[in-house]
Amino acid sequence: MFLKMASSDGNKNTNTEPWGGFDDNIIQGTGSAVIDMENMDDTSGSSFEDMGEMHQRMKEEEEVAAEAEATEEETGEDGEFLGMKGIKGQLGRQVADEVWQAGKRQASKAFNLYANIDILRPYFDVEPIQVRNRLIESMIPIRMINFPQKIAGELYGPMMLVFTLVAILLHGMKTSGTVIREGTLMGTAIGTCFGYWLGVSSFIYFLAYLCNAQITMLQMLSLLGYGLFGHCVVLFVTYNVHFHSLFYILWLVIGGLSTLRMVAAIISRTVGQTPRLILCGTLAALHMLFLLYLHFAYHKIVEGILDTLEGPNLPPIQRVARDLPVVATAAVNAMNVTVKTLGVILQSH
Amino acid sequence: MAEVDESSKPMFAGLSDVSISTDIPVEGEINVPVGTSSQDDEYSTLDEPVKDTILRDLTAVGKKFVHVMYPKKSSALLRDWDLWGPLLLCVTLALMLQGGSVDSKEDEGPQFAEVFVIIWFGSVIITLNSKLLGGTISFFQSLCVLGYCIMPLTVAMIVCRLVLLGGSGKVSFIIRLLVVTASFSWSTFASTAFLADSQPTNRKALVVYPVFLFYFVIGWMILTFSQST
Repeated sequence: MFLKMASSDGNKNTNTEPWGGFDDNIIQGTGSAVIDMENMDDTSGSSFEDMGEMHQRMKEEEEVAAEAEATEEETGEDGEFLGMKGIKGQLGRQVADEVWQAGKRQASKAFNLYANIDILRPYFDVEPIQVRNRLIESMIPIRMINFPQKIAGELYGPMMLVFTLVAILLHGMKTSGTVIREGTLMGTAIGTCFGYWLGVSSFIYFLAYLCNAQITMLQMLSLLGYGLFGHCVVLFVTYNVHFHSLFYILWLVIGGLSTLRMVAAIISRTVGQTPRLILCGTLAALHMLFLLYLHFAYHKIVEGILDTLEGPNLPPIQRVARDLPVVATAAVNAMNVTVKTLGVILQSH
Repeated sequence: MAEVDESSKPMFAGLSDVSISTDIPVEGEINVPVGTSSQDDEYSTLDEPVKDTILRDLTAVGKKFVHVMYPKKSSALLRDWDLWGPLLLCVTLALMLQGGSVDSKEDEGPQFAEVFVIIWFGSVIITLNSKLLGGTISFFQSLCVLGYCIMPLTVAMIVCRLVLLGGSGKVSFIIRLLVVTASFSWSTFASTAFLADSQPTNRKALVVYPVFLFYFVIGWMILTFSQST
């Protein structure tokens, strides 16, 4: 029987099998991709070993063919070193292909081992309507705390919310006045939001582990991620409408609602008064304080930068009139001079 | 093969049931044109003059630019993907966004590296997202599409710089806002025309949203670019 090797479009071969898959270039001299398996021993049970044997056989055939051609060409053209023929020579081509195949196999092995995104695939299996419903539900606390509440384990919504929060922070910096040092602010924004989501989730998960709460890491990530929806709304509004009192009201109402939702979900999965208190207290404090921090810290950064910019324009140090005892005029002059130089030094900083 | 087994190794008679009987006809194409002809072409392009190579690549890039400007549902962008165009656009945008003059004390505006990193990592994340949502597009094809669709934003950047030459008052801000908004929605629409086809129909919104965010952030960087003279 014949084994057909399939090749994908053009040169792009998607090697997804862990054993290296079917290499397109494995047949060198022939124009077809048909492998005759009649000569294969049928004593092995697994196809893996068959493939290994086939690979070995192909390599040996190639090497034999390469040697044969090498000797042919060597005897054919006297005095010409094969290496000089470069890439055009048959031997060079063989070697190059060998190196390419070996490298490709190594790379695909490493890729499949470390960068296999398929482990994350089930967490992104959502419909838009589900995402919308979960966003709305994240603001509605459920009062049933005697029975474990259902927490959806998905990562699409939380990730999009974190990125949206980053975008809103950047937008906020722009509307709060002069935009300076955009580059580092952007890095800070991304680092803050992702750091909060991942860090606080891990910390609360650790506390939940200590307090014997029935919640998984994925559920915690998902819960906290959806809790950031309230933060996004509050920050979006308050970066455009600059009233401190409005911010406090929204902080309490919207921040409070989303915190209550998260807290109720965790309480429903914890047994005992003290563990419940610890978990909820920590989560509520961190969540509410983060919103405060986001509002005020970024204001301060921009204001601080503005201050340092206007530093040189500050008025020089004023001389305060003092009742000095009568001393020699030279001493008074000397003191004045020292104070002036001090002022100049301080001003130049 | 079954007959040979039966005659020479009677103790393995049970194995003969495993092999495929020759009565079942095997259908389909089993000759796949592999390798050697394309390899000959590859090696022969080393001999052609550099001008030919450059012109060929530039023509390919130019054709894709035209596809982006008039986004129809064609698969040309996806089939022959290349990353030259995105690289060109990214470098141009980053160079133009590099803010301020050398006399300013603080770094004004994003540095070249920031813009570069944001564009490429943003594209990688969007590609991963669309793959995780079950998309059929490959990694580099998606990078290619997202990179090429930055072109309207690059054009908007050029226009913004020209407008800023005239002055930086309210009117210029409104003009820049309109231009950037138009180009950013054009970018999003263009990339959606190519990317969304590879998704199941009811999940298009899930893929479009990160693309919208990505171009929004780039558009924001363009809009807030202010030159200090």
